[in-house]
Amino acid sequence: MKLLVPVKRVVDYNVKVRVKSDQTGVELTGVKMSMNPFDEIAVEEAVRLKEKGIAAEIVAISIGPAACGETIRTALAMGADRGILVETEASPEPLAVAKMLRAIAEREQPGLVIMGKQAIDDDMNATGQMLAALLGWPQGTFASKVEIAGDTATVTREVDGGLETVALTLPAVVTADLRLNEPRYASLPNIMKARKKPIETIKPADLGVDPAPRLTVLKVTEPPKRQAGRKVGSVAELVDKLRNEAKVI
Amino acid sequence: MQIYNAPLRDMRFVMHELHGSAAHLDRIGKSGVTSELIDSILEEAGKFASEVLLPINASGDEEGCHYENGVVRTPRGFKQAYDQFRESGWSALAAPAEFGGQDLPDIVGKMVEEMQCSANLSFSLYPGLTQGATLALLGHGSDELKARFLPKMIEGVWSGTMNLTEAHCGTDLGLLRTKAVPQEDGSYRITGAKIFISSGEHDLTENIIHLVLARLPDAPKGVKGISMFLVPKFLPTGDNKPGPRNGVTCAGIEHKMGLKASATCQLVFEDAVGWLVGEPNRGLAAMFTMMNAERLSVGIQGLGVAETAYQSAVHYARERLQGRALSGPRRPDLAADPIIVHPDVRRTLMTIRAYVEGCRALSGWVAQALDLEKLGPDPETRRAAEDFVALMTPVVKALFTDLAFETSSMALQVYGGHGYIRDHGMEQLVRDARICMIYEGANGIQALDLVGRKLPAHMGRMLRGFFHPVQAFIEANAADPRIMPLARAFGALQQATAHIAQAGLKDPEEAGAAATDYLRLLGLVALGYMWARTTQVAEAKLPTANGDASFYQSKLTTAQFFNERLLPQAGALWTAIKAGKESMMALDSAAF
Ligand SMILES: Cc1cc2nc3c(=O)[nH]c(=O)nc-3n(C[C@H](O)[C@H](O)[C@H](O)COP(=O)(O)OP(=O)(O)OC[C@H]3O[C@@H](n4cnc5c(N)ncnc54)[C@H](O)[C@@H]3O)c2cc1C
Repeated sequence: MKLLVPVKRVVDYNVKVRVKSDQTGVELTGVKMSMNPFDEIAVEEAVRLKEKGIAAEIVAISIGPAACGETIRTALAMGADRGILVETEASPEPLAVAKMLRAIAEREQPGLVIMGKQAIDDDMNATGQMLAALLGWPQGTFASKVEIAGDTATVTREVDGGLETVALTLPAVVTADLRLNEPRYASLPNIMKARKKPIETIKPADLGVDPAPRLTVLKVTEPPKRQAGRKVGSVAELVDKLRNEAKVI
Repeated sequence: MQIYNAPLRDMRFVMHELHGSAAHLDRIGKSGVTSELIDSILEEAGKFASEVLLPINASGDEEGCHYENGVVRTPRGFKQAYDQFRESGWSALAAPAEFGGQDLPDIVGKMVEEMQCSANLSFSLYPGLTQGATLALLGHGSDELKARFLPKMIEGVWSGTMNLTEAHCGTDLGLLRTKAVPQEDGSYRITGAKIFISSGEHDLTENIIHLVLARLPDAPKGVKGISMFLVPKFLPTGDNKPGPRNGVTCAGIEHKMGLKASATCQLVFEDAVGWLVGEPNRGLAAMFTMMNAERLSVGIQGLGVAETAYQSAVHYARERLQGRALSGPRRPDLAADPIIVHPDVRRTLMTIRAYVEGCRALSGWVAQALDLEKLGPDPETRRAAEDFVALMTPVVKALFTDLAFETSSMALQVYGGHGYIRDHGMEQLVRDARICMIYEGANGIQALDLVGRKLPAHMGRMLRGFFHPVQAFIEANAADPRIMPLARAFGALQQATAHIAQAGLKDPEEAGAAATDYLRLLGLVALGYMWARTTQVAEAKLPTANGDASFYQSKLTTAQFFNERLLPQAGALWTAIKAGKESMMALDSAAF
């Protein structure tokens, strides 16, 4: 079985994000970029499936500027076999990304697409769901456990208030949640081998997709600074403040 | 709080931009190692350092190593981290492919090493000594010993040690007493007691390979009668599995000021089976292969610790609120300004920064020479590189580690009382940094090596590889007023060199009296040259830098700070050197 793993290049989770002074977005120049952490989990899961003999080939896909090639290399160093870079300077939104992934899935015919549940930059949490809908495939989102037997994937999902287990008939789309696994560190020999693995570069037009955004960003601002807290002397005072100052009860 | 994120941008600058890695790699026949490959290696190594090694740094210091009945246990988490380290293949990075290594150049190896030292100095010693022992074996071991021991050491399954020190013999190895008696089968039996042996006993690897200095029965006295032996903890079986226990036991571990998660062992050898490495009575020369490599590594240790001290101090200086900026409140919305507004705090941070980045640039230069020494295209290049490494080894060792202690103490100062208490880990950095000035030859001995051996060698030939490029650079940039501090410092260095050559020839004590100041003077000029070259590169890149403009701008400002505030120490050092030994040597021992 072939696995597709889309990986997104995002601002590293250690970086304190700053809004650009013209409020058109966040500052990206000179900022450390890394693979979206949820996508790392997806890559790890794919590699484990390969190590178990369930998957035969792992294809990592990234969509964005040429630098996304480095994000693909990271996936290759973790154990993916080859990469596809859809190169575009536009910042495609989830729907455009899902359409491009659909076109690739139709070409590659994977048994499973496994991807992060959301990207930590825009927190959209939409691409996996859209992709499943476009392909007409079943979806298991927020996965904390994935088991594959024959043509069925049993996915444990983290939902509000507990765990839900669904059985999906393959091919399917699974999105990874935080607790699915702990991604490995790429080993030095694998980092070196990754340089020799192939990456195919294509354009959105090759997939018949217009990557132009359909949403207009009006402005981007910092979240309001948190006000310092205050200690209250008694429950009565608390209730009074909630009622008369904060006017929430 | 100990903060460490690998300074990847600066490392890339040093390697690719300042020292031109692409041309260098071409020159040593390694153009297959692309800058993209290097960057991904550095990135992953940095991640490993921050995420795996740093979290067990403070806890390892708190807990220390445990000793019971000859067995040493490393602190919690060390075994797991070491296994991960080995499985990820980091131990094989710069080792030759013939024995399972990745054959990557030293310019990469040294940066990865720096990261490990930044994140966890104690941890770094375990693989560090293995690497040194590997080099000594590569250089001097028989083919049979190499085939038997190197692959497992390079894989990190077996570790290495160096056994020089005995209770009565530290600096002066001529006093060494451990004996080696030849056996009929060509092996030797080693008997003696060693102290202070790093990684002498531990639970990280299935076998430990000791390289031991000892005397043969008929050996001449002094350093000319020392041979080197390979003594494994477990004697390997035919299929190279650890077999029967050899006659070497750990009699205890030291309780130390710092470096607590590194086991510093007393080892007792009783008729232990060993094999000769290299020629009889030429052991010191063989061990020097290891020691020279280790001396550079100890310099890198200092740099590594200083980087973490810097990052931690910057973090705190931005958060700690005390007092108001002298020019009026900078953050009126807060109860006080962050202490980073105060000139004295900035003086401290800029000083650390200028030294750390300067040392990194210098280590990049020396690492290039390490590559060229082995892989240079012609004998002339190789010999020049060897000279340069030989000259710079004591400088890197002593300068970087003196500065590491000074700067980690400065970083502690930024934390005030919160640095002196244990909670933030700053005092650990100071304690850990302190050992680097002592082992692998105390820094005073490094200075003697520079002045007594390296300067006079081949009529001063070794100085060329350093003096010539600095001189040429100063001449080429004579029109730029910013070159003045370097030109002045270099002038002082030239005069001091001539002075020591003359005075030292007449009276070796004069050279001894000047040695430490001279090493610092040469070190300052080397850093000054690195900053001057950095200025040039940064200025050239600035116009087209876009997003990186602030990086290059910071380089220019830091270079200016170094030039104006640190490099002028050169003048004072020259004045001190000129004064000679008189006041130093005059007092009778009893008068102290
Ligand atoms: C934590 C730790 C780990 C160590 N690891 C190892 C190891 O793995 N293997 C190993 O073999 N050893 C190891 N050592 C030993 C270390 O290398 C020695 O401590 C060091 O070489 C100094 O020797 P010494 O302590 O006997 O000091 P001494 O030689 O007694 O020197 C004391 C002082 O006198 C000065 N001095 C001595 N002779 C001269 C001279 N001729 N001219 C000018 N000044 C002089 C020195 O600079 C020093 O300041 C370790 C030590 C420590 C503390």
